[in-house]
Amino acid sequence: MKSMMRRSLAALAAGAILAGAGPALAQGKVLKFVQNGNLTILDPILTTAYVTRNHGYFIYDTLFSSDENNAVKPQMVDKYEVSPDKTVWTFTLRDGLEWHDGKPVTSEDCVASLQRWGKRDAMGSKLMDFVKEFKVVDAKTFQMVLKEPYGLVLDTLGKPSSNVPFMMPKRIAETDAFKPIDSQIGSGPFIYVNAESKPGEKHVYNKNTKYKPRAEPASGLAGGKVAKVDRVEIIELPDPQQQVNALIAGEIDLIEQLPHDLIPLLKKEKGVTLVDWNPLGHVFIIRFNHLVKPFDNPKIRLAALHAMRQEDYLKATVGEPEYYKVCPAAFICGTPNASDKTNGLLIKPDFEKSKALLKEAGYDGTPIVLMQSTTLPVLTNMAPVTKSLLEQGGFKVDMQSMDWQTVVSRRTRKEPADKGGWNVFHTFSVSADALNPISNSYFVANGEKSSWFGWPTDPQMEKMRDDYAKETDPAKSKALAEAIQLRAMETAQFGWLGQWYGPGASRANVTGWLKAPVPVMWNIEKK
Amino acid sequence: MLDFIARRIVAIIPVLAVVAVFVFLMLRLTPGDPAAVIAGDNATSDQIADIRTKLGLDEPLWTQFAIWIGNILQGNFGESYFFKKTVAELIAQRIEPTLALAICTLVFAVSVSVPIGVLAAYRQGSMLDRVVMGFSVVGFSVPGFVIGYCLIYIFAIELGWLPVQGYVRIGVDFWKFLERMILPSLTLSVGFIALISRITRASVLEVLNEDYIRTARAKGLSNRVVLMRHALRNAAVPILTVIGLGIAILIGGAVVTESVFGLPGLGRLTVEAVLSRDFPTIQTVILMFSVVYVVINLLIDISYTIFDPRIRY
Repeated sequence: MKSMMRRSLAALAAGAILAGAGPALAQGKVLKFVQNGNLTILDPILTTAYVTRNHGYFIYDTLFSSDENNAVKPQMVDKYEVSPDKTVWTFTLRDGLEWHDGKPVTSEDCVASLQRWGKRDAMGSKLMDFVKEFKVVDAKTFQMVLKEPYGLVLDTLGKPSSNVPFMMPKRIAETDAFKPIDSQIGSGPFIYVNAESKPGEKHVYNKNTKYKPRAEPASGLAGGKVAKVDRVEIIELPDPQQQVNALIAGEIDLIEQLPHDLIPLLKKEKGVTLVDWNPLGHVFIIRFNHLVKPFDNPKIRLAALHAMRQEDYLKATVGEPEYYKVCPAAFICGTPNASDKTNGLLIKPDFEKSKALLKEAGYDGTPIVLMQSTTLPVLTNMAPVTKSLLEQGGFKVDMQSMDWQTVVSRRTRKEPADKGGWNVFHTFSVSADALNPISNSYFVANGEKSSWFGWPTDPQMEKMRDDYAKETDPAKSKALAEAIQLRAMETAQFGWLGQWYGPGASRANVTGWLKAPVPVMWNIEKK
Repeated sequence: MLDFIARRIVAIIPVLAVVAVFVFLMLRLTPGDPAAVIAGDNATSDQIADIRTKLGLDEPLWTQFAIWIGNILQGNFGESYFFKKTVAELIAQRIEPTLALAICTLVFAVSVSVPIGVLAAYRQGSMLDRVVMGFSVVGFSVPGFVIGYCLIYIFAIELGWLPVQGYVRIGVDFWKFLERMILPSLTLSVGFIALISRITRASVLEVLNEDYIRTARAKGLSNRVVLMRHALRNAAVPILTVIGLGIAILIGGAVVTESVFGLPGLGRLTVEAVLSRDFPTIQTVILMFSVVYVVINLLIDISYTIFDPRIRY
């Protein structure tokens, strides 16, 4: 019996050793990457989900891209011209651009792609408001004719995050913007391998050997997109602890973002490197429902903002000061539109002022419904901090806990809070989405028409945003951005509650992870 | 017997009808909107409303239910809102890991728990008995994911003998399949072993006090023959019942175990579908689990006749 057991154990161990040797031999230049969530929707125009955006960067290319200094550079575009009156933009595509099915990329494809994207993306939609028409000049050249000059043409076409204006073949781009596309053909540096991809298990991308990268070195999302591995596999591993275990064991090569509580564990690990690939990080947001009581009253919203302090949120959610920054700038500290003017709000609370405003506004003590997401670790502690701060400021708070998808669904409801609606919730955004008043969707203030959840209405804000959009002088744009930030504070449209950073992690033999707002897999080498 | 089986199969229909209505209503009445999930974080209310219309979610509840049931009766389980695949395709893709996990767990758990339960009963009050009973208490009390993490730490991280996560299909590489099944099956087995060994011990203990066991011993039969042929066979009915009931625990446990070990099975599909409010997938998977559960119970009932000839249907 004993000898049989010994034999079985030996066989098991031998099997394990042999099987363990397999992947190391076979892997070669396969990069195994774990994202922050499961990739389920493969249409980066249909959804703003970041995992889908990341998928888009594998297989699609863009007309323009932003470099590591957030400067917009041509990508698929070889050259572009603007007419003297700044209303006609002429774009010429690079030579040798080809779809994954071997057909050439044409101007018609790009126009159709821009039109579909313009129906979904907030910044794209704003651009389309200014577009009179698109003209196809020839197979490689097209024009965008504007009704009047628009200051953000390049920023819009080179926007780095959701929804990114990815170029698709015309027949795919003609899909209804509210229905998913049925084909994954792009012209980017990787090709999606549908036959080997199994949603819930892995997604497979092979290097596009026919891709012609730009000659410039890679910088941020711009420059030459040189795929240095033969294949990338997105491994769908939902549990963050298991992601870390798999990285330590060498079963995966990269983790997109680590939960803050697991960072110390990996800091001690040899063979693993922490990578701060997104230096702009993220920004926390508090959003009020402007349609229903009591936050339909601007004084009560202002009272709430008077009770808030960014550092309290950052300490409670991130903890380690290395990974957060108190930042009064709505358009992100260290960027061209940054301003530290907030009328004294968000940095230091003034509970007495908050109470005085509530009294002045006639707040009747009705508890405000605060939705707490319990399934996104980085948001879980936000709501308890808000509850505590608002209560100190004189509010009564009914904090209701739910999973993030319930928050996502319930925030669409416009009924009063006691009839299934809501008053306030938290979210966060990639900082790259928040760099100006047009891309930062929290500033939209045209009510139920197209404002983000909470539906603020402020014609003055909309006029200021329009002025910003039309302005082509950077100095004037910056002044307008500052005025818009102050206007948002005056009307207490929403609150920005500090910046935070979540590093990714890679095996030490993996290098070249580019600094950008999006984790991209070109330029990465595996030794 | 055939009459009994036919009656039981017919009885499945109202069970499934109740499950269908219950699942459909639960999903529609609890908060959650797949259109909002599809649209993503930066979408506006208008965009979400457009997607809701495209999915048919703005139709009255009874219309949605009638369409769903009508499709099911024609063998069409619908299309996932997210994966652009039919639910049948998704289930076909995900069933192998779950089946493999269930079979490995069942085989391992039964082959360990029944002998130790019998031995514990035979040596009642001994150190072995106490160890088995102690293990049962621990096995019941410790959540599966804790056991999973402990096993991963020891066998995958510290010793490096087994992989942390992942699944390799049996047809691709049998040995890799096997090494990836060991930790998940062990994890899921612990509670199952605790349950079966305890019931086996209790059932065998009861039988060991029967007159026919004394008679068998008096005839000079060996302990092995007494235990295996006379005691265990007569104690089998409650053990089989518990194994059958345990399948439900197994299905529930698979949800957690598959998530921890990154197995792309039906358990994880269910979690993903629930989190994203993928109604067609959730409805079909739950209906399928109901069918599995009912069929397993039927098989268990039939198997009683093999172990206890007194039982006749």
